[in-house]
Formats: sequence, structure tokens, C-alpha cells
Amino acid sequence: MVLTIKEFVKEVKMGNISVLEHTEQILEEINSRNPEYNHFNLIAKEYALQQAKEVEAGIKTGRHTGKLLGVPISVKDCICIKGMESRGGSKILTDYKPTFDATVISKVKAEGAIIIGKTSQDEFGFGTFCTNTGIDFPIPKNPLDVKRSCGGSSGGSAGFTALTNFAHLSLSESTGGSIACPASFCGVVGFTPTYGRVSRYGLIDYANSLDKIGSMGKSVEDSALLLKVISGHDKNDSTSLPEPVSDWGKQEAVAKDLKVGVVKELFEKSDDKVRKPCEKAIKQLEKSGAEVKEVSLPLNSEYGIAAYYLISMSEASTNLAKFCGMRYGMHLSLQGSFNEYFSKVRSEGFSKEAKRRVLLGTFARMSGFRDAYYLKAMKVRTKLIQEFKKVFEDIDVLAHPTMPVVAPKFSEIEKLSPLQHYAMDLCTVPANLAGVPHVSVNAGFDKKMPVGLMLTADHLQEEKIVKAALAVEGASK
Amino acid sequence: MPKVKIDKKLLLRVAENARLNLSDAEIKEFLPQMKEILEAFNKLDNIDVGSEKPSFQPIPLKNVFREDKVEKCLSQKEALSNTKHKKEGYFLGPKAV
Repeated sequence: MVLTIKEFVKEVKMGNISVLEHTEQILEEINSRNPEYNHFNLIAKEYALQQAKEVEAGIKTGRHTGKLLGVPISVKDCICIKGMESRGGSKILTDYKPTFDATVISKVKAEGAIIIGKTSQDEFGFGTFCTNTGIDFPIPKNPLDVKRSCGGSSGGSAGFTALTNFAHLSLSESTGGSIACPASFCGVVGFTPTYGRVSRYGLIDYANSLDKIGSMGKSVEDSALLLKVISGHDKNDSTSLPEPVSDWGKQEAVAKDLKVGVVKELFEKSDDKVRKPCEKAIKQLEKSGAEVKEVSLPLNSEYGIAAYYLISMSEASTNLAKFCGMRYGMHLSLQGSFNEYFSKVRSEGFSKEAKRRVLLGTFARMSGFRDAYYLKAMKVRTKLIQEFKKVFEDIDVLAHPTMPVVAPKFSEIEKLSPLQHYAMDLCTVPANLAGVPHVSVNAGFDKKMPVGLMLTADHLQEEKIVKAALAVEGASK
Repeated sequence: MPKVKIDKKLLLRVAENARLNLSDAEIKEFLPQMKEILEAFNKLDNIDVGSEKPSFQPIPLKNVFREDKVEKCLSQKEALSNTKHKKEGYFLGPKAV
């Protein structure tokens, strides 16, 4: 039987579960299964065992009473951990060991969590299927079918969350859908908070105005608990929101009083295989007391992809400018001029997709093109946010398939052009562009492959998506 | 969107700005992809943004100042801990001239 995180912590506090033994067991599982699944870029054995010993000693003296006492947490590679190689899935950050912990790491450690390793991802988050891993990084496999993708870019986090039956949570990150997509493909629960709700301090950034750290777990309750722990204002992140965090841990699993808007266009553009389980889940929401009606997001559905990619590539191209093989990461012998050396390091350190995005982002910001591409996309974003705000005047939660397809086979992904690859993010980019909170919760299955339902609320209304997700999850049990 | 001719010359100019050396195989692969992607993104021309302001952030943010106090920063040793290229407490870079 899989314990919920709350049950696990209760057993730990009562002395019925040894934190050290549990940590040893989950590390053993990762060690034996990672060669097949590639969910981890780094297994932090010594680090985890040291923490487990400290936490166990702290429990005996009554010093440790945290909400995540002894809970193993895997961490997406792009989140910095002091002294632990953190590469964001890229060769160019080989050997980079941060000199500080990201704020989310400090927060989970303060609650007694055990960090077990760094999970695999598309390089810097540049992908939908976790097939754009960096040079020499293996591709993670979906535990429900190893011929299929885990989803991206937080593929390792979702894959391992689905695979393990030990108590476990994962810290993941989304720029355009990198939590919701893999959660959907692997059948787990992934929360992406309001932009600024969770500190980005210590995140190896992809696109500053879009990046959000979030949570993954096997259940809504588990994932929401982790999100609650990491939320809150942080003076180290100037985009961090000062508003207090509401208590979304005490929601009932009923959708009473919720007005749910079913997004017409995103249903129409999704495959039958995902539409049917999502429609069934929405019927369950209705039975659970929600008022359901159809709504429309025509601008977001039509222009979301173009606006998102222009903005994210522009921001990525500036963020990646700092990786040049001098102060940290991959080094080559110091030959040639500044430009020759930096260009050589970058050309050898970035994979094909990173180069493609840096090129497109650089173009969109270049003199003569900036107003027409980058600034135009930012103005379109304003219109897309306004469209969300208008719908939220009358609706609490939006519902639609998280992804337009079930997890594709690797052989199918290989045939996609980059543009077709980007188009797969149709359902997830609008909420990410608007910075509104959303969750992907399992709505059912097509044969053995899971299908996620995405639930989205207005800024800082996380408790509404927790409530709706609990109702969907309750109905599917 | 302006009518831009995406050709090899432009691609190489962009690559130079981005500090990337492209191989012939990469140029052959990226050029048609860049054309296809930018053409698809041109659809933003169909949306009238009128006098809308750009949303550089999804949520309006106020400027945040920290208190004007000296705070602890990285030591010189920590700052240099991740580089192989250092000399006498400084970063060592490629030659400038």
C-alpha cells in the first residue's frame, strides 16, 4: 500500500518508520532502476544518507517536527543545490556545483525532507517530450511504456513519481507546460503556481518572465502539500509576490460552489483518445456539485504558441549568454580571442535544440526585428492575459485536456519537425503566458496510457484548483 | 511582421551575434526550419494590438528595493570555486587583444 505523505510523516513521527532505512531503500530502487529508465541525472547517495542520519537524530531529540519529515524529494536538475552538481540538463554546466541552495531547497530541508538526487530534463527546459536532453544525457522513459515519452521538460520528475511506490515528492519547474505535460503523460499530479508565488532564487533560468517552480506527487493532497511548503515571499527574488499564502491544504473533495468553464477550442483541437476521459472527468465534477458551462479562449488558442515561443526564445537567448566557459561549467583550454573562445565553448556545449532557440531568440531581439517580433509578442501577451481575466469574471476554474495527445512513442516523436513539436504545447502555453496557477490531474486512461485534465484558476487562486482536482481525483478512485 | 529574407547570410549574422559557430550541416538543417518557424509566427500580424502596452511580466510588479545595508556576499574563494581558469585570486580569461 502506498502511504500518503501525511500518513508517512505521521508514521515517522511515531517511530514506526526509520528515515534512514526508508532513504536507503529508495536509493537502492533508484540505483537498480535508473539504468533502464534514466529518471535521474545524479543520484545523491552520500548527501541523502547524511541528511537522513541528521533528521533521524533530530527526531529522537525532538528537534525535527517538519511537515516533510523524512520524505525523499527528487529535484529537477535546473534547481541549485549547494555543493551538488546542477547542470539544468546541459553539458555546458558540467561540474557546476552551486555555492548556495535555491530557496525552495532551503524550505523543504527546513521541513525535514531528504534530497535524493537531480532529475532528468530537456536541456534548460527546451522541450515537450524530454527528448531534447543535453549532449551525453540519456532520455528518460515512461514507466507505463518504455517505448514512450515521459513528457517534458520535467520528465525525470514525473517518470520517477509514477514509478516508485515509496513515499516521495518531486520539485519540478514549468516555463510553458513543463510540469503539466509530464504529469499528464505519466499519470501523476503536477501543480504549477501563480507566477511569483514560489521563489525562483536558485533556479537556472530558461525565460525569466515565465519560469515557475512547482510540485509533483502521486496524489493531489501530496503535491498540494509540497506546493504549500515552497510558496511564499522571498526577498532574494524581486518578482516574488508579497501576498500571503492561503491554506489550500484543508479543501474538501467536492466541487460544490465552483463554476467550471470547459474550454471549447482546446477540446476541439485534442485527440479523441484524450477528449473522452476528460469529458468523463468533467461530468464527475458536475456530479460533485460544480456548475459547468462551455467557454471560449479564441485568442489564446490561436496565438498562444507563436507569442509564447517568441517570448521564451528571446528571454532564453539572453539568459544563455552567460554560459561561456569561464567562471563555471564546461571549460576548454584558453585559446584564441574572447569571441573565439566563447563561441567554441558554446558550440560544443549546447545541443541542437538549444542552438535553435538561441538563434531564433537572438533574431527576434536584433535591431530591425525587435519591435516586429519580440515587442509584438509581448503586446499580444497583454491581449491574451485580458482574455483570461474576462473569462475569470464569471468562472472559477477552466478545464481542458492537458495535452492534445497521450504520451507518444519515441519513434513518432522522431518524425516531428521543430514546429510540429512546438505546436504540441497548444493547451499548456496559454496559462503559462498569463502566469495563472494550474494543475494536471489524471482523468483516466486510453488503454494503459494516462490522460491528464488541466484545471486553471485566476492569479493567486490556488485553492480553487486544489478543490477541483480533489473532486476529479475522488471520482476516479 | 517585416518581409525578411531568411538566408544563409542572415543566419550567419545571427549566429555571430549569438556567439555560435555553425557547421555546414547545421546551416543546412537550421535554415529551412528557421524560415518555417518564423513564417508560422507571422500569424501574430493578424491580431490588432492597438495601443496595448507590452506585458514584460504576467502580473504587474512594483519596483522592489532592498534596505541600503551591507549584506554578506560570496567570498573570493567561493566565487572562484567553480572555475578552472584562475590566477592569483582572479578569473583568467582568453586574451582580449
